Amino acid sequence: MLLQQLINGLTLGSVYALIALGYTMVYGILELINFAHGEIYMLGAYLGIIILGFFTAVGLTAYSVPLALFLTLLLTVVFCASYGFTVEKIAYRPLRSAPKLSPLISAIGVSIFLQNYVMITQGATDKVFPSLAGDAGIDVFSTRVTFLQASIIVVSGIIMALLHAFIRKTKTGKAMRAVAQDKSMASLVGINTDTIISVTFIIGSGLAAIAGLMVSMYYGLVNYFIGYSAGIKAFTAAVLGGIGNIPGAMFGGILLGLIESLGSAYISSEYKDAYAFIILIVILLVRPAGLLGRDSEEKI
Amino acid sequence: MTAITDRFSRVLLRSVIISLWSAVLFLPFRGIRASAMLFGVLLIAIPVISLAGSWLSPLLAATSSVRERMGSILPKDRRYIILFLLPVLAVPFGAENYIIDVAVLAGIYIILALGLNVVVGYTGLLNLGFVAYYAIGAYSFALLNTKLGFGFWSAMPVAVIITTLAGFLFAVPALRLKGDYLALVTLGFGEIVRITLNNWDSFTNGPNGIGGITAPTLAGMPIETLSAYYYLVLFFVIIAVLVMGRVQRSKVGRAWVALREDEIAASAMGVPITMYKLYSVSFGAFWAGIAGCLFAAKMRFISPESFTFMESVLILCMVILGGLGSIGGVVVGAVFLVVLPEVLREVQMYRMLALGAGIILLMIFRPQGLFGGRVASTRR
Repeated sequence: MLLQQLINGLTLGSVYALIALGYTMVYGILELINFAHGEIYMLGAYLGIIILGFFTAVGLTAYSVPLALFLTLLLTVVFCASYGFTVEKIAYRPLRSAPKLSPLISAIGVSIFLQNYVMITQGATDKVFPSLAGDAGIDVFSTRVTFLQASIIVVSGIIMALLHAFIRKTKTGKAMRAVAQDKSMASLVGINTDTIISVTFIIGSGLAAIAGLMVSMYYGLVNYFIGYSAGIKAFTAAVLGGIGNIPGAMFGGILLGLIESLGSAYISSEYKDAYAFIILIVILLVRPAGLLGRDSEEKI
Repeated sequence: MTAITDRFSRVLLRSVIISLWSAVLFLPFRGIRASAMLFGVLLIAIPVISLAGSWLSPLLAATSSVRERMGSILPKDRRYIILFLLPVLAVPFGAENYIIDVAVLAGIYIILALGLNVVVGYTGLLNLGFVAYYAIGAYSFALLNTKLGFGFWSAMPVAVIITTLAGFLFAVPALRLKGDYLALVTLGFGEIVRITLNNWDSFTNGPNGIGGITAPTLAGMPIETLSAYYYLVLFFVIIAVLVMGRVQRSKVGRAWVALREDEIAASAMGVPITMYKLYSVSFGAFWAGIAGCLFAAKMRFISPESFTFMESVLILCMVILGGLGSIGGVVVGAVFLVVLPEVLREVQMYRMLALGAGIILLMIFRPQGLFGGRVASTRR
C-alpha cells in the first residue's frame, strides 16, 4: 500500500516537476508568474490525442506503435513550443516595461483565451486517449508498476538531466543564467535578451508539452480545464523548491506529488486538491525563498 | 511614392507571415479547411486593421482628450448624477422581469467590484481570491438564516462582521508578502475556501448547497417581488458609491494611494503601512460580505459552484476594465461585464474567448482601463 502510493506519487511528481520547470525558468528571467503555462500543458495533452489520432487514421500506429508515439511526442513539443513562443510575443513582450501587475493580468487573459479556444474547437466533453500499453507492468514486492508509470518516471528523469546539462554547459544556457541574474548587464555584454527570453519560453513550453502528453496517456482522459489545477500545482512545486531555482523545481515537483498521493491515501482524498494550496500558502508565509532557494534582499 | 509602396509591401509581407503562422498553429484543432479559412480571413484583416489603425490614431487621440476634459467637468457638477439616477430608478417600471433580474445582478457585482477596487485599485494589492469573501458572506448569511432563524436585517450585520473579520485574519499573515506572491496566496485562499465549502458536508451541505433562505422583510412586509428587491440592492449600491467617494478623499484613502505608488516613500512620510493595508483588505471584505448577503437573499439558494476562481477573475476584470481606482469606471465596468454576456447570448461560446483576448489587449493598449484617466504607476 505505502509502496504503491510512493510509486503513484513519484509518477505524478515527475509530471509536476516538468511543468514546474517552465514556471521557474520564466520567473527566474522575467519575474513573471506565467499563469498561462498550465494551458500550454493542456494544449500538449490535447495535441497528443489529436496527432496520435491522425497517425492512427493514416495507419502509422498499426505499422509501428513506438514510431507513432515518438512522432506524436515530437510534433506535440513543436506545436506547444510554438504556442509558448507566440504567447510570449503577443501578450508579454509589449508589457516588458509596464507595471508589474500588468503582465500577470495579461497572463490570466491568455489562460482564459486558450481554455476557451480549446473548448470551442474541441468541444466541452472529455477526450479519451486511446490505450496503447494497457495495464501491463511488473510486480515489485506485490506492488504494481505499470510500464507507463515507469516510462513517465524515466523519461522525466532523462529530460531533467538533459535540461540541467543544457543550462550548465551550453552557451545558450550560460546566456540564460546571465539574463536571469541581470538583464541589462547581460545585454551590455552582447546577449540578445529578447532571444533568450523566447528560448526560455520555447523550452518551458516543450517540457509542458511532454508532461501533457504523458499525463493524457496516464489518466486516459483530457479536459479543457485541466491546465488550471495542474498549473497551480506545478507553480506550488516551483515555489516549494525555491522559485527561479531549477533543481528546486524538480525536487519540489516530486515532493508535491508524494505529499498529494500520500495525503489522499492516509488523510482525506476529498481535500486532495487543497493540499497544494495549503502548502503554497504555508511555504510563502514561512519561507518564501523555498526549500532550496536563497533569501534575496529587496532592491530599491 | 516608393516609400508608400515600400511600406505597403512590408505590411503585406508581415500579414502573410502572421496569417500563415496562425493557420499552422490552428491546424491540429480544426483541420485543414478551417485553417485555410483562418488564413484567408487574417490575410485580409491584418492589413486592413493596421492601415486603418495608422489613419485612426490621430482621431483616437482627439477623442481621448475630449473624454479627459469631460471627466474633469462631470464629477464637479453633481446635477449630472441625478440625470443618470432617474432612468436607474425607473428600471422596474415597464421593464420585463428578465431585465430587472439582470439589473439586480449588476447591482450586486457593482458592490463587489467597488470592494475589490479598494484593495486593488487604491492600495495596489492584487487579490485573485476575492470571491472567498463573497462566499463567506453568502454562506454566513445563509447559515444564520436557515439554521438559526435570523431575519435579513439581523443576519446581514453578523454575516458582514464575520466576513470582515475573515478578511482581517487572513490578511495578517498574508500581507507579509508583496506583488505576485501576495496574488498567489490570495488565490490559494479562495480555492481553499471553495474546496472546504464543497467538502464540509455536515456544515455547508457540500456541493448540494443551502436552500430555503427566507426573503428579506422591510417593516414587516416581505420583499418578494423582483422590483422591490431591485430597490433594496440599489439602496446598497448608492450607499457603497457614496461611502467610497468619501473614503477616497479621506486621510485613509490618500494613504492607500500613497502606499500603492511607493511603499517606502509612504512609510518615510509616516504612513503606518501594515495598518493601512489591513484597513484596506478588511474594508474590501466588508463590501464583499454585503454583496454575499444580497446574493444569498436574492437567490434563496447558494452552492460552492457560484464561488469559483473564474468569479474572482471576472470581478477583477470589472475593476480593471473600468479603470483601477475610479468609482465611476468600476461601476461602468461591472454593468458592462454583466450586461455584455446577456446581449451576446447568441454567440455565448465566444464570449469568454473575447474576454480573454480583451484582457490582453486592454493591458497592452490601455492598462489604466477604459475610463481611468490617470496613467497607471510605471514603477516596477
